[in-house]
Amino acid sequence: MSKRIYLDNAATTKTSPEVVEAMLPYFTEHYGNPSSIYELAGESKEAVSKAREEIARILQAKSNEIYFTAGGSEADNWALKAAFEAYKEKGNHIITTKIEHHAILHTCEYLEKRGAKITYLDVDENGVLRLEDLEKALTPETILISVMFANNEIGSIQPIKEIGMLAKEHGILFHTDAVQAFGQLPISVDELQIDMLSSSAHKINGPKGVGFLYIRKGVKIRSLIHGGAQERKRRAGTENVPGIVGYGCAARRAAETMEERTKKEAELRDYLIGRLSKEIPYCRLNGHPTMRLPNNVNMSFRFVEGESLLIMLDGYGICASSGSACTSGSLDPSHVLLAIGLPHEIAHGSLRLTLGEETTREELDYVVEKIKEIVQRLRDMSPLYEDFIKKEKA
Amino acid sequence: MYSEKVMEHFQNPRNVGEIEGASGVGTVGNAKCGDIMRIYLDIDDDHVIRDCKFKTFGCGAAVATSSMATELVKGKTIQEAMQVTNKAVMEALDGLPPVKVHCSLLAEEAIHAALWDYAEKNHIKIEGLEKPKADIHEDEEEEEEY
Repeated sequence: MSKRIYLDNAATTKTSPEVVEAMLPYFTEHYGNPSSIYELAGESKEAVSKAREEIARILQAKSNEIYFTAGGSEADNWALKAAFEAYKEKGNHIITTKIEHHAILHTCEYLEKRGAKITYLDVDENGVLRLEDLEKALTPETILISVMFANNEIGSIQPIKEIGMLAKEHGILFHTDAVQAFGQLPISVDELQIDMLSSSAHKINGPKGVGFLYIRKGVKIRSLIHGGAQERKRRAGTENVPGIVGYGCAARRAAETMEERTKKEAELRDYLIGRLSKEIPYCRLNGHPTMRLPNNVNMSFRFVEGESLLIMLDGYGICASSGSACTSGSLDPSHVLLAIGLPHEIAHGSLRLTLGEETTREELDYVVEKIKEIVQRLRDMSPLYEDFIKKEKA
Repeated sequence: MYSEKVMEHFQNPRNVGEIEGASGVGTVGNAKCGDIMRIYLDIDDDHVIRDCKFKTFGCGAAVATSSMATELVKGKTIQEAMQVTNKAVMEALDGLPPVKVHCSLLAEEAIHAALWDYAEKNHIKIEGLEKPKADIHEDEEEEEEY
């Protein structure tokens, strides 16, 4: 294998050398505990504040509304569980969608066992929530709407502004899982009327194991971890100082380069979608054709199974992912692909390619050639394809 | 997650293809679960499997188990082929991850389904062989949705 082509940036990204460089001094030089009183601790404390301010500025939020966590899943868990508990008096109904990340869906299942009523909204064939469905689902007991900003598998961007308005109108909390969107799309929490927002550093060339939950001032929410006074007593435990510094740096970089980077990524995305759709018969694009994350390509190749495709791509040094059952550890393919109405066998043949800041057209040309070759090879091996061709000829 | 043997059979599967006018053909599995195997057998008058080919839609383990199963039954008599169990296929591949054991079962079922087809066509009874249960055509209506 000569070269690695990494097209799984929705899974995680390479930590940028600039971010690593920013983090390093906080391991060996400025290692003080931010809660201590001597000068050494002051440096750590200041670094954490700086990162918090940086992130708040990008979201047009206040820095005391940013609560660092150990990642996106933690932020999602916290937002749902703590809101459910804090707003028990008002009601027990939560509205979400069928295409959320498992950090939301499995938390909802957990809450259902504890008395929550959850509405899982359908999405249309492009993977977008219908506002009228949301409006119809509202009840006087509804305490929370949680809808992801953009989907991690098929990239579809949700009508966040309209959801925010509707939530505000009805006095309901609005949480959004923005793990894929933060740093990729401009987000203003005030303009979009978002009350809570989850995010994760490693999706934007930051380190793994750090994220944050934005909580609008005034939102009643229970503490996640009890102990020290860190994160305004809401999430105790000594701060992950290097991680937080890394996140601050990654967020600043992502915000500064957003316009240019996402424009280039979207061009490459459309180039890749165009070539695959044109050059490989019996395939389809999953997700919205235009309202999608700038770096997300998700295609289904009929008569082909995803895991086989991934292993063969790996043989050529290409890293990608699939919604096939075999990659999920269950017998069912991705819940997102089923929610947009794909039949099982077509969902099994899905391939997600997510571009990064370093992706080049040359790399994509190579990838297209390899996908063409592999899909044909797998189809030649596929009884479904054999039957299809025989039927076509008859 | 796969053994070297599995990877080798997946990358270079043996006996891929069809046999025109095969003595027996068996298709098992279903597209819903993501695995379909079809085995073709060419059996001579002495009940010896002269040739065996397969086509599979499925994961790496599904392809590797099909490939290995065809290798194991080739040149064998019908009765010997009946002894090729999923265990034998797995052992020959140096094992499979637990979540992929069902692929080896599918390979055994595919061989049995092809033998059943042969037995029916020739009005013979193969000792120990039961009618295959899997039917892939239940998913046919889904094709139109595409």
